Amino acid sequence: MPRWLAHVIVVAVFIAAVIVAFSRVHYAWNWMAVWEYRQKFLQGWLVTVALSLASLVMSVFVGAMAAVMLRSRHAIVEAAARVYVEIIRGTPLLVQLLIGFYVVATAIGLENRYIAGVLLLSLFSGAYMAEIFRGGLEAIPRGQIDSARAIGLTPWQALRLVVLPQAVRLVLPPVAGQLVSLVKDSSLLSVIAISEFTLNAQEVNSFTYSTLESYVPLAVGYLLLTLPLSALARWLEHRFRYEAA
Amino acid sequence: MNLFISDLVQRFPVRAEAGKPAGTATILDHLSLVTGDISALVLIGPSGGGKSTLLRILAGLDSPVSGRAAFDGVPLPRDEAGLRIYRRTVGTVFQAYNLFPHLTAMENLLLPLVHVHGLSEQDARERVRLPLERFRLAEHAHKRPAELSGGQKQRIAILRALVVQPRRLFLDEPTSALDPEMRAEVLEMIAEVRAEGGQFILVTHEMAFARRVADEVAFIADGRVLAAGPATTFFDAPTDPAVCRFLSLTLST
Repeated sequence: MPRWLAHVIVVAVFIAAVIVAFSRVHYAWNWMAVWEYRQKFLQGWLVTVALSLASLVMSVFVGAMAAVMLRSRHAIVEAAARVYVEIIRGTPLLVQLLIGFYVVATAIGLENRYIAGVLLLSLFSGAYMAEIFRGGLEAIPRGQIDSARAIGLTPWQALRLVVLPQAVRLVLPPVAGQLVSLVKDSSLLSVIAISEFTLNAQEVNSFTYSTLESYVPLAVGYLLLTLPLSALARWLEHRFRYEAA
Repeated sequence: MNLFISDLVQRFPVRAEAGKPAGTATILDHLSLVTGDISALVLIGPSGGGKSTLLRILAGLDSPVSGRAAFDGVPLPRDEAGLRIYRRTVGTVFQAYNLFPHLTAMENLLLPLVHVHGLSEQDARERVRLPLERFRLAEHAHKRPAELSGGQKQRIAILRALVVQPRRLFLDEPTSALDPEMRAEVLEMIAEVRAEGGQFILVTHEMAFARRVADEVAFIADGRVLAAGPATTFFDAPTDPAVCRFLSLTLST
């Protein structure tokens, strides 16, 4: 069976199951009420796209910095990175956003909630990225560094020509997963009143009392973002593919 | 090359293990060695005796704790920047090949030429063309290391070290990870390098080959040189009892 056909079948079965489930609850659909707010959905979705893209780029940057710090020879630098990673990974994002925005951002005079939101989300996702990157770097055999040094490469050249090309291939799948999570985690930015996709859907729901009609488009909207991301990751993975020697 | 080594000491930190506290292990224990003006020096001895550690220092990959080493009267640099420049003038081949798995054999050869020695891509390709043909590797140039046999990998690794036209090669047990057939093709390549006047220092357990290519041999155990001298006298008339024992053991297997 061709792979595309298998996908079509599984998706069809899934949709059928969802339809059956919905038909059982005898829900009175009222799409018209929600349709009136389509602009609000679109605006919210675009804000989520923008927030996600910004956080995506920044979290990779933050993660790379933290990964380098985790490997530092200086005890203080390494400890700082370790404490950062553990605190972020060990506490709910909800709490980080509330404290980060209402306490920290306020204290330092950062009033733009969109910038604060992107920073907080990047710090959150960066902690996970840091561990992924560290794992990728440490998976490169010691002999590769020996070889790079033996032919006279500078440390920077060794990183660029030898270590990174191999590490990128290793970290692509987990990084893609983390980026998909990041897109969905951006929905929590609604708690600091950023009018992104989720907050707008919640508002439409409170205006129209059409709960499912508000939230089903929400799910579809996130899929529209995450599915291409996964596809891109698979394509990149394919491009970087080679067998380990 | 005239090699002069005096009082070389190398220690490594050892992690705490069951029953033993953390500490340092002395791998080279005031090792000294002076050779004549030779082309090929072979280091032999039991595993863990310090051969590879010594080779890594001579290849400029590690710095000793103390002591001196000099080739033709020129001491090895002590700082990393100086060592990096030194490493560009020599070639090193490892037991595990250490080719770059994400690059093809050709790209492995080009990388040091282009990025370290400043050749254009075109000049670099021209430089490797004949050597590839000569060692019957041209047909494998487009393959990644995973697609090559162990012997082919090691020959590409030797070629990668050779094409930069180094003053000498350092070969660390280049055949230990190979089965006998592949071992022969790699040894043959080293013998050809020798025949063309190439200089090298070789760590090996291949006694017959050592005897064939070596000008001088040094027997290293417990971080010291127990015996050293011209290959013929070393193998035919060994005097040191430890060397005799080692030779009789390795020759009987």
